[in-house]
Amino acid sequence: MATGRRRGIAASPTVWLVYAFVAFFIALVGGIFFTVLFNSFASSWFGGWLPDGYTIRWYRFAVDEFSLWRVLRVTLVVALSVVALSLLIGVPAAYALARWNFRGKNAVLLLLLLPIMVPPITYGIPLATMLYEYGLAGRLIGVIVANLAPAFPFVIVIMIPFIEQIDPNLERSARMLGASPFRVFTRVLLPLATPGILAAGLLVLVRTIAMFELTFLTAGATTQTLVVSLYYAAFAAGIRPTQSIDAMAVIYMSTTTVLLLLALRFINPVQLVSRVKQ
Amino acid sequence: MARDLPIARTTDDTARRLAGPRRGRGKERLGLLLLCPALLLVLLLFIYPLFYGLRLSLQPEAGGLLTNYSDFFGDDRERATIGNTLRLALPATLINLAVAIPLAYRMRRRIRGQRVITGLFVIPMTLGTVLLAQGMLSFFGPRGWFNKSLLQLGISDDPIRLVHNATGVVISLAIAEFPVVFLLLLGFVSGIDPNLERAAQMLGAGSWQRFRRIMLPLMIPGIATAFALSFVATFAVLPSAVMLGQPAGETRVIALAAWQAAYERFDYSAGSAIAIIMAGIELLVLGVVLVGRSRLYRGPATGGKG
Repeated sequence: MATGRRRGIAASPTVWLVYAFVAFFIALVGGIFFTVLFNSFASSWFGGWLPDGYTIRWYRFAVDEFSLWRVLRVTLVVALSVVALSLLIGVPAAYALARWNFRGKNAVLLLLLLPIMVPPITYGIPLATMLYEYGLAGRLIGVIVANLAPAFPFVIVIMIPFIEQIDPNLERSARMLGASPFRVFTRVLLPLATPGILAAGLLVLVRTIAMFELTFLTAGATTQTLVVSLYYAAFAAGIRPTQSIDAMAVIYMSTTTVLLLLALRFINPVQLVSRVKQ
Repeated sequence: MARDLPIARTTDDTARRLAGPRRGRGKERLGLLLLCPALLLVLLLFIYPLFYGLRLSLQPEAGGLLTNYSDFFGDDRERATIGNTLRLALPATLINLAVAIPLAYRMRRRIRGQRVITGLFVIPMTLGTVLLAQGMLSFFGPRGWFNKSLLQLGISDDPIRLVHNATGVVISLAIAEFPVVFLLLLGFVSGIDPNLERAAQMLGAGSWQRFRRIMLPLMIPGIATAFALSFVATFAVLPSAVMLGQPAGETRVIALAAWQAAYERFDYSAGSAIAIIMAGIELLVLGVVLVGRSRLYRGPATGGKG
């Protein structure tokens, strides 16, 4: 593909438009991010470009006031359980849907797509009511089950194109050379599908940590995740200083960023989206 | 004409047909086995609750079968929530598509810093709507950095009101959903076999013609998917409409109405009814988009490996 790469293009005006937009977007998101970051360390901030003084008091306040350690533990347990379960259920289903045609396949696809297409609060209210009836809501298991509803179909949607890209002839060759189906799975499919699995797992992890509605509807007082307790803190803003809410926000942000950076060690963002040639 | 283009599809189908009949039975059984857990779970966690909610909505605390529904549509304040939500979700989605389509199209071939740019776009996905809303309150506030910069640069004499109204909510939705829309489209565009475009170029098509005649038609399924997913996500807006908008006025969204019915008035029946109305509107929009998509879809246009 050496001829396809023309470095000269990099100087063209449309590329500069791309860079300009990226810069604008980064300025907005960065501005929001640093506003929160600075405010969380501010002793007070009235009207100036920068806070009037700095302190770490608000972090200690957040740890005490919002039972931070418990909230962090709940968030991690919920998110990791949801990722593991949804990969376990989603990847085989995606494989079946990518490889085989059968009658009613479109109906099955639509059925699996619905939970990500219908907004979570729509089925969240009845789902939460149901979980309350079975005594699951308010407990960790209830929050995990509720979050699973959109997570595993999401894995399927992400994984289908990844698996479709793997040439079925590779599996056939391996089978013909005497590999058992299990060996084909571990030695041929799994290595080739790893970028997709990592991408799906990463996206589900981030989505679950950021999933507000379903957790909000099913969590009890001791099973709030970070984003829900952040919402409650911000909602009752009058009671607590904004700096302590921002400290909470910074902790939430660092958690997701650390997880993302960890994930980016294994996957390059370009692989997040499929790149067939080049 | 474009119907004949995707060459990869033909070879794939041929391969499938050749391999198909020999071990069809065993394959079907294995496929069913792999699919079963997912199907059961979707029935249990999605279909059953939805019917449960539907049944609940038809058993109002007082009155006949459809009381909850007639109450919703009979009350101006409740009915207005549909329009309120659409006025937030549609602009945010359309803005994102208008920006993401040319951007993804330009980046279908690597540009310098491609990896950094895609990486940067992934990072806002970690923020989440609640955090974005909290940060935007200060950043876009009258004394925030955004308005300070505008005043300093002389673009505006007075601080612009960007929070506690619909504009703030639209901005937050656009920022939150842009990375998803962009990455989805980029994945789709870069999955289109570049040989199709090269062939068009060789046959004398200019860059606009190549976009209009080759790439855009092939991108339509991707655009439709991006529109649908982004619209759904933004239609479900709740936290940012409460935190950044006027939850008592112009940004009283339908999700808030449902939540208030169920969790403030503890009328789960009415809450479920509003949730079902939401689902109906969603499914209507999705149905239109997906039917349109299936009409336009012309088979995979990706090149095979190797």
